[in-house]
Amino acid sequence: MHKYPIRPVVAALMAAVLVVACGKETPPPAPKAETPKAPVVLTVKIGSASPLTGPQAHIGIDIRNGVQLAIEDANAANVEIGGKKVKFELVSEDDEANPTKATTVAQKLVDAKVAGVIGHFNSGASIPASKIYSDAGIPQISPSSTNPKYTEQGFKTTFRVVAHDGQQGPTLARFAAKTLQTKSVAVIDDSTAYGQGLADNFEATAKLLGIKVVAREHTTDKDTDFKAILTKIKGKKPDLIMFGGIDPQAAPMVKQMKDLGIKARFIGGDGMQTPNFIKLAGDTADGVMASIPGLPKDQMPGGKTFLDKYKNKFNQEVELFAPMGYDAVMVFIEAMKRAGSADPAKFLPEVGKTRYDGVIGPIAFDEKGDLKNGPITIYLVKGGKWEPLETVKPEAEAGVAPATAPAAAPVPEAAKK
Amino acid sequence: MSWSALFTDRRWRWIAWSAVALLLLALPFIIEALLGRSWVRIIAVALLFVMLALGLNIVVGFAGLLDLGYIAFFAVGAYSYALLASPQFAVHWPFLVLLPLGAAIAAVFGVLLGAPTLRLRGDYLAIVTLGFGEIIRVFLNNLNRPVNITNGPQGITLIDPLQMGGFSLAHTHTFAGLTFAPVHNYYFVFLVCAVLSIVLSLRLENSRIGRAWIAIRDDELAASSMGINTRNLKLLAFAMGATFGGVAGGLFASFQGFISPESFHLIDSIMVLCMVVLGGMGNVAGVVLGAVLLTALPEALRYIGPLQQRWLGGVIVDPADLRMLLFGLALVLMMLLRPEGLWPARRRRVAPVHTGNADVG
Amino acid sequence: MDIFAQQLINGLVLGSIYALVALGYTMVYGILGLINFAHGDITMIGALVALTIVQALAAAGMPAPVVLIIAGGGAMMVCAALGLSIERVAYRPLRRAPRLAPLITAIGVSILLQYSAALIWGKQYIAMPKLLEPAAIDIAGAQLTTLQLAIFLLACAIMAALLWFIKASRMGRAMRATEQNPDVAGLMGVNTNTVIAFTFVLGSAIGAIAGLMIILYYGIGHYFMGFMLGLKAFTAAVLGGIGNVGGAVLGGLLLGVIESLASGYIGDLSGGVLGSNYRDIFAFLVLVLVLVLRPSGLLGQHSGDRA
Repeated sequence: MHKYPIRPVVAALMAAVLVVACGKETPPPAPKAETPKAPVVLTVKIGSASPLTGPQAHIGIDIRNGVQLAIEDANAANVEIGGKKVKFELVSEDDEANPTKATTVAQKLVDAKVAGVIGHFNSGASIPASKIYSDAGIPQISPSSTNPKYTEQGFKTTFRVVAHDGQQGPTLARFAAKTLQTKSVAVIDDSTAYGQGLADNFEATAKLLGIKVVAREHTTDKDTDFKAILTKIKGKKPDLIMFGGIDPQAAPMVKQMKDLGIKARFIGGDGMQTPNFIKLAGDTADGVMASIPGLPKDQMPGGKTFLDKYKNKFNQEVELFAPMGYDAVMVFIEAMKRAGSADPAKFLPEVGKTRYDGVIGPIAFDEKGDLKNGPITIYLVKGGKWEPLETVKPEAEAGVAPATAPAAAPVPEAAKK
Repeated sequence: MSWSALFTDRRWRWIAWSAVALLLLALPFIIEALLGRSWVRIIAVALLFVMLALGLNIVVGFAGLLDLGYIAFFAVGAYSYALLASPQFAVHWPFLVLLPLGAAIAAVFGVLLGAPTLRLRGDYLAIVTLGFGEIIRVFLNNLNRPVNITNGPQGITLIDPLQMGGFSLAHTHTFAGLTFAPVHNYYFVFLVCAVLSIVLSLRLENSRIGRAWIAIRDDELAASSMGINTRNLKLLAFAMGATFGGVAGGLFASFQGFISPESFHLIDSIMVLCMVVLGGMGNVAGVVLGAVLLTALPEALRYIGPLQQRWLGGVIVDPADLRMLLFGLALVLMMLLRPEGLWPARRRRVAPVHTGNADVG
Repeated sequence: MDIFAQQLINGLVLGSIYALVALGYTMVYGILGLINFAHGDITMIGALVALTIVQALAAAGMPAPVVLIIAGGGAMMVCAALGLSIERVAYRPLRRAPRLAPLITAIGVSILLQYSAALIWGKQYIAMPKLLEPAAIDIAGAQLTTLQLAIFLLACAIMAALLWFIKASRMGRAMRATEQNPDVAGLMGVNTNTVIAFTFVLGSAIGAIAGLMIILYYGIGHYFMGFMLGLKAFTAAVLGGIGNVGGAVLGGLLLGVIESLASGYIGDLSGGVLGSNYRDIFAFLVLVLVLVLRPSGLLGQHSGDRA
């Protein structure tokens, strides 16, 4: 046996020891927290899971930044839970926007004994991961997954603080019909769960309201060339172009519309209602409209200061979902305060009962864990800035939809022909 | 006595293999105790990739056909399982039907891909297979209109786990004092399938078909003049390779409970190819090593974040970036140091054991 | 008809960018038989370097043409140096290795380039400052901007110059000799190492120009932008017959036009069953069709037994 290859074995052992050493590194704070030793400071870990590498990294990092900001704010505010001082700690993991990695990361967060998870970004990651959180009894708030099925799996632990597809699309369509008096529209989506869901819902309501959908086109979330579909749309001469997607596509799209001499107006959802959109689109951004759930920022507590705080801290504009990530942490902390415990089993029931005025507006969940219908504000770019144009209250919507549908819109359309 | 002799020597063989088997059976519990349950999930996923890499090894390693769209077969297997065992069409077929069915459908797709590309060589074949992979993914992403089949980018939820009678792998079971969480259950199923794949690959390699494939790989012209039916054998390689992918896809769908086209990108095909080439193309043991290594390495590199903090006293490079940088560097370095792969196939001795292998296929 | 003309213009401009990137793939493949997967990312680096230079100089108030020349020159130099060092470090040691080994290092290099760029430029999309105010020319109802025209003409000029260079110059002859048989070329006194290094430099520099064009045309840069671009350009190179410089040009232009026309007309032609979401498929279907009929691409020679 003396020829037994010793080097690989030693190397493997060393690697194993190294991995074990690293793996064992995080747990120590946890037992300290349970046993009330010298200073009574409770360490509570909050997990954040989003893509930090790959093509969607900029959005994932934005979410993590929002979560980090919330945790720092909470620590600065000296939050007490059940009479104990609490120190919150961020555990951030990269799910690479990959469903398989998402489940691994979810298990990692469970292993690290986080109290709650903010994540994931993609529906395709949030859904498979939700089963693992549910099995472990850890609440999960997605800041961005809009797939309706995410909350329809019967798990008690799944919540989201983003309007799902069925809320924003119809509001946009009603706005197009009523305020803009749109007669014909071209709809484009980016072939993602978010973009397509938004566009589908817009299209359905628009048709109901008598707006003629003259073209339905698709691109991808990696493209920058939209000239071909825009040229086709140009031939159909719509009043309005609606895009379901996010700013890296919306901005070049608006530019290329100008290159092609398309005069139609442009509208989208919260995926492009970002400071970055204006930066990327430059002066072609003027006149573009987009909706975002919530009240106008200056009417919200904390909304005004959030954008500045974020910019100061990270030296960049809010990309997209940082406010949702921020609010999700606050929802957890509020629930923990009410329950008087940071134990997921104890504060989970409180998460569903949240009534909280956050950066994105009033937050309350329905029985599935979806954000209850809140107000949706439509913004317009004016002089290089997003200006609030109109706020649609949920009560008003419910009444308007059936009334306008048969009466107002179809008549002029029919008269035209 | 050398390392490999331990496994071939008659006296030691039995003990050595039993030790390996025991280790594999105990592995999830050891790993869970040492590293946490997330690592059990990682090795379960690694076993799935072992199956995929072995399947691709048949096409690339044995038959020498460069395939850059292999993940398509994984997707076909996953979707055929998901569509027939989920609320999507409200049908719930048993997995014993669905796994072979998925394998068969994947094999048909393998032939569909193979048939038009028989005349293509090398890198032309690579780009066509790449295109094939993208075509499958784009279809999966768009077959929700005009008729909804795949549910498009929203994916398919609530896919049935592997279950039989009242026994479901998605539940936690207690047996002989050990707790078997779903991830443990799946580990054992994947282990059985991976071992079967290994045995099948080894048997194939030494069969007449396997030798014919290798002959085609080394010199197609010579092989066909020796009477090997290169057309049928190439199609067979595509079909066999696809079968592995199809089964792995079905298992993946049941394991995750949710699938969407996001899981089947070109980058996934490239990763499987990296496993095959890096491990040692054509050598079953090498391919297994490559699959395990490339699944575990990116996960192990996650620890680099805390280490950076500890050694350098702060976060200098975003840990996520650092991880990818190190991964890229590792690919380059490993290939520079071992261009044949980490565990390359041994050159076969030329002398045939017996004559008369001319009319294979 | 104006719509059709517009789609043709869209396609040709897009195609000329594809063609420039495809040149890098095809030249390296012709000489080494290697798919340089990192080439799309070299183009990305070129684009981001150019963007940074433009940002810095435009803020200093320099006139646009000077800014463009400096940005283009800077990007070309950075990319050329990058191409040279990648060849030296990642590919040269593997020249006698199994055929797929350099493919893996290429993928590794591609990951390295992406995340180095992420460290330098961050992961957000970066806006290009407004530099030019392109005027629109009306051609039969179709809009052609001066920028589009400039991109197309410059791309054509570069491709023509390259074709001439390979055909007529001493280095071009050495390149062709190395392509046919590196060993014999070496015996005839060609320094094949220099020729191969030069090919990488040339391809990378052309990629840098393509990067500058993309930044000007789309006004947006991102550390991941090289991946899709590289894929499309590689497809174009194969379509034309990989290894053949004229083929890359033809393949690039053809791919651009196919994509445009497919997006524009596939919906109406299929009665609404297929839409612009199948654009990428259409490009690949054409590719499969071409390769089934002509297994070495449109202009490729039969590649013998090099597979």
